[in-house]
Amino acid sequence: MSGFSHGVHPPEHKELTSGVRIRRMPFPDEVVLPLRQHAGKPAKLLVRRGDHVERGDMIAAADGFMSVPIHASASGRVADIGWYPHPDGSMTEAVRIVVDRYSAQLPRPRLVPQWEGLTREQAIAAVQQAGVVGLGGAAFPAHVKLAPPKDVKIEVLLLNGAECEPYLTTDHRLMAEYPERVLYGTRIMMHALGITRCVIGVEKNKPDAIAALRAALPGDLDITVQPLTVKYPQGAEKMLIKSVLGREVPSGKLPMHVGAIVQNVGTVSCIGEVFETGLPLIERVITISGPGVRKPGNLIIPVGTRLRDALAYCGGLTEDAGEVIFGGPMMGAAQSDLDTPITKGISGVVVLTTAQTAAQPAYPCISCGRCLDACPVFLNPSQLGKLAQAGRYEEMEAAHLADCMLCGSCSFVCPSHIPLSQMFALGKTALRRQKAKVA
Amino acid sequence: MSELRVDVTRAEPRLGLSAAPHLHAADDTARIMWTVVYTLLPIVALAGYFFGISALLMVATTTLAAVGTERLTGGSGPVRDGSATITGLLLGLTLPAGMPLWMGALGGFVSVALGKALFGGLGQNVFNPALVGRAFLQAAFPTAITTWPQVGGSFFTLRGDNFALPLMGAQSDAITQATPLGLMKFERAATEAGALFFGNTGGSIGETSALLILLCGAYLAWKRYLNWRVPVSILATVAGFSAILFAIDPTRFPTPLFMLLSGGLMLGAVYMATDMVTSPITPLGAWIFGIGIGLLVVLIRIWGGLPEGVMYAILLMNALVPFINRATQPRVFGVPRKAVAS
Repeated sequence: MSGFSHGVHPPEHKELTSGVRIRRMPFPDEVVLPLRQHAGKPAKLLVRRGDHVERGDMIAAADGFMSVPIHASASGRVADIGWYPHPDGSMTEAVRIVVDRYSAQLPRPRLVPQWEGLTREQAIAAVQQAGVVGLGGAAFPAHVKLAPPKDVKIEVLLLNGAECEPYLTTDHRLMAEYPERVLYGTRIMMHALGITRCVIGVEKNKPDAIAALRAALPGDLDITVQPLTVKYPQGAEKMLIKSVLGREVPSGKLPMHVGAIVQNVGTVSCIGEVFETGLPLIERVITISGPGVRKPGNLIIPVGTRLRDALAYCGGLTEDAGEVIFGGPMMGAAQSDLDTPITKGISGVVVLTTAQTAAQPAYPCISCGRCLDACPVFLNPSQLGKLAQAGRYEEMEAAHLADCMLCGSCSFVCPSHIPLSQMFALGKTALRRQKAKVA
Repeated sequence: MSELRVDVTRAEPRLGLSAAPHLHAADDTARIMWTVVYTLLPIVALAGYFFGISALLMVATTTLAAVGTERLTGGSGPVRDGSATITGLLLGLTLPAGMPLWMGALGGFVSVALGKALFGGLGQNVFNPALVGRAFLQAAFPTAITTWPQVGGSFFTLRGDNFALPLMGAQSDAITQATPLGLMKFERAATEAGALFFGNTGGSIGETSALLILLCGAYLAWKRYLNWRVPVSILATVAGFSAILFAIDPTRFPTPLFMLLSGGLMLGAVYMATDMVTSPITPLGAWIFGIGIGLLVVLIRIWGGLPEGVMYAILLMNALVPFINRATQPRVFGVPRKAVAS
């Protein structure tokens, strides 16, 4: 078992950055920290304009269990609290910090939590207080996954190192360069979850990462590294579980219902860092790549770094740059404003050229069936597309629209260039609105 | 930091904002259609070798008529997708070389106008357009469409009354040759398999070389431009069904090899039944569709009134495609099989 059925093979383009060592970007002149950087409730503001903050200080507190705090990613002065562009395209309340040019950017002395002595509840609280969210893209609060309901039994922790999106090498470099930190975080997660088995799934196109992890495996824990078929979307939670465990997560259910917790390797590494340095999530590894950027690379950047500054550090955009995408090119969101900050959940910036993103002629559906062969959850995208064009959203729901994870495989293969997954995203939104109205 | 700062502000207004996914596979519908057109050209060329200039004139006529009708009915856009060219070429290949050209032109018009445009254009039609045109010609001109010219002869010799005036009918003084299926049906005479395989037999323009059609089909299947399940299930069903019949009574029924290689079966299985628009979209549906065509072909050939049954077999199964699609919806990931059936 190392694969799932269906899926697609987009060109990988990983060679631009797969061999480039992670390096630290210098602090930008200012950082912008939205209060909403995670799934769940936005954090509650703790600072006022004019306040001085040190790197690592909490500037907004968690608002309930489904929320995490936000920390200052650089020492400086709170210059403004106002509305700033958000990666999702909206405007959002954010704290703008003007970075102190003469600061050594050292965090305040702090206690590093000792994981061995912590109860499960204490470990969960420590992870929440550090503001850790899923770094693979969804930014789901990490501590929530450490607290599964009492009635489900978790057998295995699955670490997602598939990184199936083209161009991105964030997790690849992290596993290859910092395997000990990933495994340290793994140890703490297994301790907190009270489980003894862990599998790290890595696509076969990252042999150095697989070798580095295997060389660093601790002898006292049952952790295995499983090479996976190189296929998109191998990194989707349900596909990873199918590939590693051979189990199908039932429609509408979560991984824990088949006894698994899935966490991105970057998130686990971040948890390792929390218990190594005591520092919360204030910086992250990010790939900046694509043919539209002059010097692609893998960077450690402060959370809240503006897109403009990060791109400038990578040499700026080329003349033919056409689209700047947060995340990978298959599921990522194009950005219109280069002042948008890079938030906790952004794993990469991909700049595509105008030639790559040029609109292509659309044809009618010729029922070739390629979308059916591509859909990893076995939907009938052709039929769903026809329903979407007619605005028949209730029928789409009956045809399992909810199981679509918007991976984009159907749109990728469609020879008629029908924007299938794009229409499914609209359909999901329309259905949500209808339900909100009824409720 | 400041010395590294590059002015990227100017780039902003030209940044695109498309929705994910931002990458796309290289294939598109026009490329698929035109590739099918290119694979048909060797088959047309071989027909030219066997049936001379008449075959080429007929194929050119039906193709021009089909493309012209597409242009008239479809506005400016869809002509370049190549589908009307395929329809015209395929229609030409199903006709005898000596047929009057005006009939071919009428068939090309009917194929696209009645077979496709009336349904709403590309992707909307229920029946294979080329076969709709051929069915029309078969009903309208039963004699002309079964007047098969002899294979061989000089390239520039006309194989019949190609230039008969419209509505005047054919004078038909050309040398004719019965088709292998006709010989089998009406005179119980088998044709040698080798001749069928390489194409040296009487029949429609495209009923010549099984080998060449198989090669072109294999290329398309390798490129994934046709669903291999359809021809494989049709040919396997025809072979299997006729093998059973042959085992029961070898004197009454033809050999499976003869059934496979004769008539329009190869062209139908590889190029007609695989028309994506008019065949099932699900893998299981493709098997059902192919098996249905295979059974109908044998039934019509052996027990029907006509020597050949490929056209009606495909058209009948075309009509069932919406039902086959509905009955063979894929099982959704994470949903037990039983729940889908309900």
